[in-house]
Formats: sequence, C-alpha cells, structure tokens
Amino acid sequence: MSQQPTQQSFNPYTENGGTILAIAGADFTVIAGDTRQSEGYSIQTRYAPKVFRLTDKATLAVNGFAADGNMFVKKVRQRLEWYRHAHAKDMPIRAIARLIQTMLYARRFFPYYVYNILGGIEEDGTGAVYSFDPVGSYEREACRAAGAAQSLVQPFLDNQIYFKNQTAAPGASFPKHLPLSTVLPLVIDSFTGATERHIEVGDGLEIYVVLANNSSSLQSLLNMRGIQELTATNDGERVFVIRKELKRD
Amino acid sequence: MNTFVDRFSTTSAVSQLRRAQRLAEEEDDISDVAWGSQAGFGNIMKGAPSFNVPDIPDPTSFLRLHTDDHADPSCRIKIQHGTTTLAFRFQGGVIVAVDSRATAGSYIASGTVKKVIEINPYLLGTMAGGAADCQYWETYLGMHCRLHELRNRERISVSAASKYLSNLVYSYKGMGLSMGTMICGWDKTGPAVFYVDSDGTRLKGDLFSVGSGSTFAYGVLDQGYRWDLTDEEAQELGRRSIYAAGHRDAFSGNTCNLYHVKEDGWKFIGNYDISQMHYEGPGDVPGHVGGGFGYDLRVEGLTSANPPPAAAEVAPVAA
Repeated sequence: MSQQPTQQSFNPYTENGGTILAIAGADFTVIAGDTRQSEGYSIQTRYAPKVFRLTDKATLAVNGFAADGNMFVKKVRQRLEWYRHAHAKDMPIRAIARLIQTMLYARRFFPYYVYNILGGIEEDGTGAVYSFDPVGSYEREACRAAGAAQSLVQPFLDNQIYFKNQTAAPGASFPKHLPLSTVLPLVIDSFTGATERHIEVGDGLEIYVVLANNSSSLQSLLNMRGIQELTATNDGERVFVIRKELKRD
Repeated sequence: MNTFVDRFSTTSAVSQLRRAQRLAEEEDDISDVAWGSQAGFGNIMKGAPSFNVPDIPDPTSFLRLHTDDHADPSCRIKIQHGTTTLAFRFQGGVIVAVDSRATAGSYIASGTVKKVIEINPYLLGTMAGGAADCQYWETYLGMHCRLHELRNRERISVSAASKYLSNLVYSYKGMGLSMGTMICGWDKTGPAVFYVDSDGTRLKGDLFSVGSGSTFAYGVLDQGYRWDLTDEEAQELGRRSIYAAGHRDAFSGNTCNLYHVKEDGWKFIGNYDISQMHYEGPGDVPGHVGGGFGYDLRVEGLTSANPPPAAAEVAPVAA
C-alpha cells in the first residue's frame, strides 16, 4: 500500500467556444463577438454576451472560459468604478490596458482562461485595439480576432485590413485606415463566414462601435438598422451597439 | 499638532476611517493603495507583488498541466513561444535586434510583437520565452530603476539592473516562469550586455543570442563580428543575423526590429520585413550594399534551376 497521499487532478477550466474580433479606424473602433455559448458539442445558450461596454471610450471582449471571463469583466469594472470615484473621470484606455495586464498577471500561477481584446478611443482621439494573452502580455494593434474561429477570421482580416498579399495598382497605394462604412461589412462578413465553417460560432452577433469626439463616421452609422446608443457621459465619445442574427444551426 | 493627535486617537474621524479601511481590507485582497491610478503596481511599497495561487498540494504541477505545451500539446492555455533575439557589444555601443513572430503551437498568433522592451531611455530588455513574464517583470524592473535614480541621484548600472531582475526571477524558481532576456544599456563602464534567464543564470558578455532561432543567428553573427565594426556595419550585421534566423527557423520570422544603444541612450533604427530582406534587401539603409539577402541573387545564371534572364527567354523558343 502506498503511504503517499493521492491527488485528484484539479481541472477548473472548460472551453466555451465563440469568436471575438476588433478593428481600429482613424477615429472609431469596432468590437464584435458572437453570442453562442457551447461546451463540447452542446449549445448551452444562444445569447451570452462576450462584448462589454466599460466606459464611453472603452469596450472589452472576452473569450475562452465564460465563467472566468464574466468574473474578470466584473473585476475590471469594479476597478474602473474605484478610479472614477478617486479621480472624477473615466480611466484612459492605455491605462485600462496596463490595468488588465497587472490583473491578469496577478493570476500568473492560477490563470484566468480568457483571451481579452480591448477596443476604444485613445486620449488623442484615435481608434485603439489592445489584445492580451491569458497571463497579460499585450500589444496595441489595428485589428485582431480571437477565439474558436481565430484561425479562420484573422487571415481574412490580414488580407482586407492590412492588405497582406495584395499589390496596389500602379501609381496607387493602400489606405492606412479604412472608413467605418467599409469596416462594418467586413465584420459582418467575418462572422457569417465563421458561422458557415465553424460549429462553435453562430446564433447572434453583437457589434459595438465606439466613436471619437466629432467622428465623421456618425452619419453613416445612424442609418444602420436596429442600432442602439449606450453613451452615458457628455465627454464626446459615443458608444453604439448593433445586434444581428447569425445562423442558428 | 492636530494631525499628531489624530494619529493616536481612537475616536477621531481619521482613525475611524482607518478602522473601516482595515475591515474592508480583510474582506478583499486589494488594499486601499489599489485605489487611484497606481494600476495594481500600488503594492510596490509592500515589496514584491502578491499572486493568487490555487489551493491544492502542488500548484506548480497544476500550472504545468494547463499551460505547458511541451508536456501536452492539447493543453488549453497556450503561452506564446518561439523567438530569435540577439544583442552584441562593439566599439560604437550595443546593437539589439529581434524578430517579431509569436507562435502558439504551430499557429502564428502575431507577426507584430515588440520583443524589445524599452525599460527606460538607457536600458533595453529583450523578450524570449513567456511574453507576459518578460513584459511584466521588465516593466517592474523599470519602476525599480527609477526608484534607484530617485534614491541615489544617479542612474542604475546595467549590472545592478540585471542583477535585480535575476534575483527577482530566482525567487520564483521552479514556479514555472519562462524568460530568456538580454539587459542592454550604457552606463559609467560603457556599453554593457547581460544575459538573464528564469533559471537564475546571469552572464556578462559581448555577444548573445537567445531563442529557437539563436543557432542560426549565431552562425551569421560569429562570422561577421569584430570589436571595431562601424555603426553601419554593426546594424547591418544585426539585421542580417535576424534575417538568417527568420529564414531557417519556422518559429521565427515576419519582421526585424533594430535598436542601437549609444552613450546618450538607445535609438530605434527601424523595422524590416524579413521576406522583403530576402528578395529586395532592407532598402536604402546605411551599411547595406546590393540587393536581397537571399542566395538566388548569387546563383543567378550559374545553376540550371536559376538560368540568366536571357537564357530563360530563349529557352521557350527553342522548345
């Protein structure tokens, strides 16, 4: 008989599928995620949001293990509220990015199984996307997809946003930033495409749009069907959400 | 005087507030220094930051089970790996060159990673191994370098900064940290490069390369390295070595970031696409002559697989 204590393996994680994506423009940012939550081959719910408004200038998308993700968003929001009480203003997005790094790294030895993408407007009025790994390494980028269909969506974005493997016509050049009227259809196409080819993606699509002060994109956005405004302050930045249906099979 | 009384009184408003804060602290592991804008580094005054650890007999094996992709390729939490980084000392300062690829298994998670961490205007750190470990601890090192400046009214030496980092990661030995870094800078002693890794190794030297592509980079670096390299030659050697690693190591590639540290601090030299360096070269940069680094250029017209342009035009007609 062994005198050694036996240890049950401790497995607190699961994978809940879904995909998130964010694209930064010159004076706006789009952050989107599907709303299906699954475990293995079973769909647990057709509406579990993965994108959350943090402030009028910052939105956070979480993907991976839903319980960890929801808890993490709750803790980030708590810290942002404390900041608001201490400083009477919203935390700038680059500070939120660093805050998220330290919060994730504090769990370096018991990680949150969450891939985060933070999107919003920088203090200089430009669109910003920050992407994180589960233990807090981060980078500012122009676009990023994460989650189950990351490997389907990211190559599409590389081609359509960064113009990878495309050659400009003679005498022409590719734009540095795309207008919102181009970006929104790209986001929708990314998700309808991922829904077609990935079993864990589908049901609903939530697209958050954060606009900088006096953004030129406002008019084209207000014409969108089923748009809802979530702006809470008069700081100038405005947050909108567009909800769409995806295939449910 | 009133503040002195307040401090020792048990009924004043301040002491009641203190008592409330103490109670609140017991409920939550975040102390009141986390309020405000210190972004979690508010705990710096209490020594090293605290970490949440799973309440099980062997937390290290727990972490290994869920994060280490060598033990189990199907594990859920993929920590980004794979790199080529190099740094060398020469007559004109320190050259630091890195690639920009991050891989999770065989998936290229990012091709735009910043693997040079700007600790302060005089110190650079490189990133190999766990991206978060390097980013977090080198940022933390930067804060302590600033505290050193404030306390001692002079900049920290590269030696002291690297030793601070090596002692710090040594205190976490066996816990699963993964970093291989070069701390580079210029201090009273001149240009300096120190290699520090998560095993606790700390080495002073003239030339280092770290990561899966380091063997390929060393091949080019050792062959071209001299102490009396000019600035331009040294920069070209850094670029050329990272190109070699990006070309031969699948886990390295995308672009090369180049930095040069001189007496007045570091300077970012440029970002170079590795594919573009292969076909066209790094562009019109000092130190580079001729076209691409790829050898197609050098065998053109000399092998049957690579006929000269004229022969290629004639051949179809003959056929």
